[in-house]
Amino acid sequence: MGFGSIPSWEIMNYFPEEVVEHVFGFVSSHKDRNAISLVCKSWHRIERNSRASVLVANCYSITPDRVICRFPALRSLTLKGKPHFADFNLVPNDWGGHVYPWIDALARGRVNLEDLRLKRMVVTDQGLDLISKAFGNFKSLVLVSCDGFSTDGLAAIAANCRHLRELDLQESEVEDHRGQWLSCFPESCTSLVTLNFACLKGDVSLAALERLIARSPNLRSLRMNQSVPAKALERILASSPRLLDLGIGSFLHDPDVESFTKLQDRIQRCNSIRSLSGFLEVNPLCLPAIHPICSNLTYLNLSYAAMIHGSELIKIIRNCNKLEKLWILDNIGDSGLGIVASCCKELQELRVFPSDPDGFGTGVTEEGLVAISIGCPKLNSILYFCQQMTNAALITVAKNSPNFIRFRLCILDPTKPDAVTMEPLDEGFGAIVRSCRNIRRLSLSGLLTDKVFFYIGMYAENVEMLSVAFAGDSDKAMVSILNGCKKLRKLEIMDSPFGDSALLTGVRKYETMRSLWMSSCDVTLAGCKALAREMPRLNVEIIHEDPHRMEGDDSDGHKVEKMFLYRSLVGPRSDAPEFVSTL
Amino acid sequence: MGTTTCYDQDLVNLEATELRLGLPGRHQPRDNHPMKASTSSNKRSLDETRGEDEEEDVEGGAKVAFSKAQIVGWPPIRSFRKNITVHPKSKMGREESSSSSEASGIYLKVSMDGAPYLRKIHLGSYKGYDQLLAALQTMFRITIGQYSEREGYEGSEYAPTYEDKDGDWMLVGDVPWEMFVTTCKRLRIMKGAEARGLGCGI
Repeated sequence: MGFGSIPSWEIMNYFPEEVVEHVFGFVSSHKDRNAISLVCKSWHRIERNSRASVLVANCYSITPDRVICRFPALRSLTLKGKPHFADFNLVPNDWGGHVYPWIDALARGRVNLEDLRLKRMVVTDQGLDLISKAFGNFKSLVLVSCDGFSTDGLAAIAANCRHLRELDLQESEVEDHRGQWLSCFPESCTSLVTLNFACLKGDVSLAALERLIARSPNLRSLRMNQSVPAKALERILASSPRLLDLGIGSFLHDPDVESFTKLQDRIQRCNSIRSLSGFLEVNPLCLPAIHPICSNLTYLNLSYAAMIHGSELIKIIRNCNKLEKLWILDNIGDSGLGIVASCCKELQELRVFPSDPDGFGTGVTEEGLVAISIGCPKLNSILYFCQQMTNAALITVAKNSPNFIRFRLCILDPTKPDAVTMEPLDEGFGAIVRSCRNIRRLSLSGLLTDKVFFYIGMYAENVEMLSVAFAGDSDKAMVSILNGCKKLRKLEIMDSPFGDSALLTGVRKYETMRSLWMSSCDVTLAGCKALAREMPRLNVEIIHEDPHRMEGDDSDGHKVEKMFLYRSLVGPRSDAPEFVSTL
Repeated sequence: MGTTTCYDQDLVNLEATELRLGLPGRHQPRDNHPMKASTSSNKRSLDETRGEDEEEDVEGGAKVAFSKAQIVGWPPIRSFRKNITVHPKSKMGREESSSSSEASGIYLKVSMDGAPYLRKIHLGSYKGYDQLLAALQTMFRITIGQYSEREGYEGSEYAPTYEDKDGDWMLVGDVPWEMFVTTCKRLRIMKGAEARGLGCGI
């Protein structure tokens, strides 16, 4: 389509650069902006000069200086550090992912940083202090699954960031010095929109919290930790009538006292709340107080609420007709999931976490999953920790729910076969990938042979992230994946019999991917070295188990316990600890 | 989840289904890596973890090691999720007694005199004593009989008891269910003379 004789792709050249830049302003996704920058030199130039928000999905793939140099208008930076399996204790604490060098470079480069979003990175109090002092317009700090800092660092952020809008510590590990960090927010700070300190283990100053909330008229998201007593909730909710997202740490109250009735009334009036989470401690008898707001909820996260179960849990669920996202513990049981299936017709995402990770207790089975797939037509994302699964169930689910984008199944006994036929679960997962062509993220578990990998390689054209554990019989499995999944970006494998030959099959592919993790597999040092030799722009890191091992102890034939490789434009990192060697 | 019936079978099965670091179906003597993965994963000192590893490593050991729980990285959940259900209050260290049940969120151990292995039940899934006793009778294939305030479980060879917060062993059924649920820490089904002894003269 063009205008008369001018081909469409040339039309943009007739516009002044300002117009092109203005058009680019409507394009926000990182993927699209990256694509734009590859079209031609002038677009590359215009794009890079105007890009405000940059995602560096692997902090070691590039240096901070190069990012700052390329994007002079940088205001918002997202960085990710450790490999995903670090969440499950597979990566030693000092592996890396330090953010300080980035903050330092941004400060030196006089970048007008406003937003910093970090995932799985080591943040330090020093870093937080520097952020608070170097960037006068700093507005938003989101730390997902980070560690290495304490409440002292938070105090610095609170005290110095005069325009702070967002402080979100999602699931981070924070050393709690039980100081008065909340009190460090000056009286002049009235700009808070998001405050999430649910993961903090220590006490916060209640008085400071209440005053802070009272002077934050824009507060829309508040997630508190266990130290905030339920008795304070009434005042807090009264001060924040336009809350959209509420996380209650402690809901221990006495239903028989007058103050509880007052709280109940207050909660009932919170009809702007769309998202509810927390409940680490709860008096189940108080739960009816939240029933009135359940019908407004689109997101309910009770995955930390071990004390809510049985009939109380069901009563809550029954009220949540508009729910789109539900995170729950498996003590809901198959029957509870049946009720979810009948009440929550708008459900898109379901996550069922194990209430007893040792695998004892009843949990959920394939029945619950089937019920959900039948009852919830909009389901597109699932994380399901279960006691058992069957091929028949997976085949049914595949038929009912062809729209899965994320499908993560975790059978607590990782090599368990089909609970009825005792066969591997190859056919079940095969049906899933055949039917759900839009799957981007897939996690497998259960007894699985090479066959399932053959299916995945053949049908899962859109899969970008694949997680494998205790699966497959031979190298053929991994080769199927490497040859098949064209859009694969992250592959993580643990305890599976894949060796050097499979590893080396992917030699060309790894540069098109973000990273590969292999632990407790059959790859040897020789194989890793061969790969590193062939591909200089890959960092092939070997994480040694025994910090006391002697240099030269490892002959090339030794199996490598943990290997993490990723593409990088800047070679081996300089901050690798001694137990990590980059080949 | 199945449980084995005796220690011997355990040892045989342990090898065959070794799920820790070895590959499924293959026995892997990992002599080139004396330290297992679990040591690197956490903040504990090396010596502390080394001791644990050696215990689990001993093939002939009598430990009925529930090694499934020891696989590093499995199940793939974050560590604070593992802590939340088992010790809902220990992180804060608060002794605040509440009307909510500490027990109702976790699984309790149930032992029976003479049985070689314990079971676990989820108290919260029962509405009252009737359901609990029915479940115990099914689980252990025994008959417990009717409770009476006077006679306890007279006429039965078994008496269900529980350990309360003070560490005392109490007869199941004396206190209201809600109170029982909040104070019960573990259950023990007593058998024979000991059981009958509880019912009289206390």
